[in-house]
Amino acid sequence: MAKLIGGVTTSHIPAIGNAINDGLTQEHYWKRFFDGYGPVKQWLVEKQPDVLIVVYNDHGLNFFLDKVPTFAIGCADEYHNADEGWGLKPVAPFAGDAEFSWHLAESLIGQNFDMCTCQEMKVDHGFVNPLRVLFGDHERWPFKAIPLAVNTVQHPIPSARRCYNLGQGLGKAIASYPEDLKVVIVGTGGLSHQLQGERAGIIDVEYDLACIESVISNPDWLADQSNAEIIRKAGTEGVEVIMWLVMRGALNEKARVLHKHYHAPISNTGAGVLLLENC
Amino acid sequence: MAWNKHDYDGISGTYVFDGRRAHDSYALNKMFYSFNEESCRKEFDADPTAYCDKFKLTEAQKRLVLDQDFLGILRAGTNIYYMAKFAVPRGLTVQDAGAAFQGISTEAFKAKLLEKREGLVERLEKEGGYWNG
Repeated sequence: MAKLIGGVTTSHIPAIGNAINDGLTQEHYWKRFFDGYGPVKQWLVEKQPDVLIVVYNDHGLNFFLDKVPTFAIGCADEYHNADEGWGLKPVAPFAGDAEFSWHLAESLIGQNFDMCTCQEMKVDHGFVNPLRVLFGDHERWPFKAIPLAVNTVQHPIPSARRCYNLGQGLGKAIASYPEDLKVVIVGTGGLSHQLQGERAGIIDVEYDLACIESVISNPDWLADQSNAEIIRKAGTEGVEVIMWLVMRGALNEKARVLHKHYHAPISNTGAGVLLLENC
Repeated sequence: MAWNKHDYDGISGTYVFDGRRAHDSYALNKMFYSFNEESCRKEFDADPTAYCDKFKLTEAQKRLVLDQDFLGILRAGTNIYYMAKFAVPRGLTVQDAGAAFQGISTEAFKAKLLEKREGLVERLEKEGGYWNG
């Protein structure tokens, strides 16, 4: 049977990829941020997961605003990164697991989560940067990956509670897959940041830490907040933290925290890293 | 005909990208989305006016693009992720955009952000359980 062994959270902002490309990860500005991933990277090396499910939002690479699915899942054999408009060289493609994806889609839709299924899906920095920061760069990535995109860009976006419930459904879907697979789920985005408007540049450390503690031990605290409440505290882009709840919902209630890390600022953003192991 | 009101409308200095903004800036966002393709970026550079016309921008929208008025483009409702496809290759970062919104220099904007690092380790030690190197 497939087993969800743990969950990871991380920011996914473009500056992370730029810092990797430019060899800046050990510069003072970045060192504390990148070094804080060490224990997560070590855990992943030890556990050797077969499949990573990456929960992220697309920023205008695969989806344009003509059609905006609330929840979309990749159901392909392979996923390609591509130019997002500034000419960066794409990273190597990611192998998918189509059979597992279709199982997840069937199970989730059977549980009344109306997923958009994607047989072609370009993956942008929201998907790529978490995997680069956790695994380094590879010509052949040492895992299979499944993208799960949540609309956090064009409102109306799903509620925090809905994201948590989707995670719970995903946990059931993973557990009912008959193949022996070790699965890790990555909840990406956040924490507080706002890129536009006169309030651009807000970072609310206290709110970020409260979100981290909530995701570890009391998901209802965050899940009960409206998107307007989250935006008020965390900013228009900080609302991405609702994707952490997809990760948390997929894990057991008693999942234990093995690592937590917080740093601010990276670019305009407060950045949190969590490693939760399923029990 | 009326646009819905929302709980987030009252958050100062904050423009939530919702149906109304997405509707009004659709042509601009669509043109910027096309810049994912290098061939489209080249086509724009060769004749910006013709390229704007191809996407049926209004005269006001076209003016903003031709003037590279990035702040005006954002105020016109464009989503920042799409605007970035136009602005980043022209040397504007999201931090420049944030600074422009506040009417301060990018250096001052970055310095304000860096203040968040002051006392952070001590704060996390008080919280307990955080990695600190």
